[in-house]
Amino acid sequence: MMEPLSPAIAARGLVKVFDEIRAVDGIDLDVPRGAIFGLLGPNGAGKTTLLRMLATLLRPDGGSARVMGHDLESASQAVRRSIAMTGQFASLDEDLTGRENLIFLAKLLGFRGRSARHRADELLKAFELSEAADRQVKDYSGGMRRKLDIAASLLVVPDILFLDEPTTGLDPAARKSVWRLIRALANQGTTILLTTQYLEEADQLAERIAVIDHGRKIAEGTSRELKAAIGSSFLHVTLSDPARVEEAAQLLEQLLASEVQRSPEGMALSVRVNPPQRANLALTKLAEAGIAMDGFSMAAPSLDEVFFALTGHATNAGSAPGENA
Amino acid sequence: MNSEATATVIQRERPPQPGPLSNALAFGWRAVLKIKHVPEQMFDLVMTPIMFTLLFTYVFGGALAGSADHYMQYFLPGILVQTVIFNSVYSGMGLCTDLGKGLFDRFRSMPIWPLSPFAGLMVGDMLRHLIASLIILGVGLLLGYRPAAGFSGVLLGLLLLLAIGFGVGWVFLVLGLIMKTPNTVMTMAFTGTMPLVFASNIMVDPKTMPGWLRLFVEVNPVSSMASAMRDLMNGQATWAGIGLALLTPLILTLVLAPVTLWLYRRR
Repeated sequence: MMEPLSPAIAARGLVKVFDEIRAVDGIDLDVPRGAIFGLLGPNGAGKTTLLRMLATLLRPDGGSARVMGHDLESASQAVRRSIAMTGQFASLDEDLTGRENLIFLAKLLGFRGRSARHRADELLKAFELSEAADRQVKDYSGGMRRKLDIAASLLVVPDILFLDEPTTGLDPAARKSVWRLIRALANQGTTILLTTQYLEEADQLAERIAVIDHGRKIAEGTSRELKAAIGSSFLHVTLSDPARVEEAAQLLEQLLASEVQRSPEGMALSVRVNPPQRANLALTKLAEAGIAMDGFSMAAPSLDEVFFALTGHATNAGSAPGENA
Repeated sequence: MNSEATATVIQRERPPQPGPLSNALAFGWRAVLKIKHVPEQMFDLVMTPIMFTLLFTYVFGGALAGSADHYMQYFLPGILVQTVIFNSVYSGMGLCTDLGKGLFDRFRSMPIWPLSPFAGLMVGDMLRHLIASLIILGVGLLLGYRPAAGFSGVLLGLLLLLAIGFGVGWVFLVLGLIMKTPNTVMTMAFTGTMPLVFASNIMVDPKTMPGWLRLFVEVNPVSSMASAMRDLMNGQATWAGIGLALLTPLILTLVLAPVTLWLYRRR
């Protein structure tokens, strides 16, 4: 009988402390082979630290993990043979050309002269970088660096690919093509663990999502499960009179039995509405109380709202796709 | 990216696991490419010692040694030592820059020989030392420097110089790993090396110095390095002199190579 395959990643109680701050504070993670798994959370939540531990770049201060069945601590070189990582900052040599970067890394991975050049050219072509191949990387745009950086992680297709915010700084077309590539890799059996600040990205790609905040995993499930857990819609109201914000907030809280999130400027309120039809009633009651509004809208939960619903506090960044804080 | 391109990307071919030598050679290749792409760094590394040679020889040379020609004979082997020491500082700065940029994150997450990035830096250093030394030597020969030991003496001198560069290089790699910015590396490195280089016998014979300083100059390892270089190129070398010059680089390598590896892995 065959041994059952170990999961791609099995982490238990991982901890990393920086200067007394518990950046990762006891995270368990189980990622099955071939899955696309998303780590969702605001800046500073500990996603990157978690990824760096699993990629052998940081030594955990507590807990343990097995990556493709290899122990992170005692078999780190075997772990490195199974993984590739594309970090948030392009891990490329700025002085070298795009082609030289890939050939150099291919040589490090064991490709010999001609096959190193062949593999490099193949990837440059696939990533539409052939024209820029002989320019120094310091003259590349952010999107081109990103692509080259991802290409570098695929010189040898790894069992597990770690992607730290893979599409941050990419234009929408490039983002879609990275998504397509990630799906194709997963179809071929590569396990993908990616971090993102964007709910949409997690939604589009990840079969499972772990929501990370303050170094802890506060929720895990499919995108549908997470959304169901926090209610499907949010009502946003912009008030005309700042003096009546408190009154309006209390009214909404009573009517909808859900906590109201205030915008930093104080004039806009957001509240979960379940079922969505109750928004009607809420707006009527506000009007009856004589609270004037500049506008209102209904929307699917944003990352901020997911966070608010799950943690009871707002994300510290409040960033939207495209504005990387 | 179309589906054909995607298919190219995801083919699963894995070359055989490379050995440490192959890794080190790849890093060495990178170092050569860097010299090719950033030739101006060679300019930085060579101009200062050439200026030193010209200024010291023609401004102070006559006063220090009776004549400029005379002084050149004394000074040139020493300035080569100074060049190699100062050049090594740049390698520490380069390491610090690389570390700040995520490039080392990739190396550290790859299944490679952990010391190979440093082996690569050293290869780059050796090349830069060699190129810079040859240029300065060429300038010296043009201006009348004549090594009494001839070609073989110069060749042995260059080998000693590379050994010195190799040993001293570890100090700045360690600094590059500890310091947060390349500028701090430079400030720290020059604060430390300036007194060692100037309070040595590179520029002046210490016999006119006050006693306490002469004592310092005589025990200063930079002095033994400069003396050995001078003797090798003048054909007066002794095994003891060469051994003394190699002692410090040897100790530095034995102590600091493991420290480098430890600092690198600890990050």
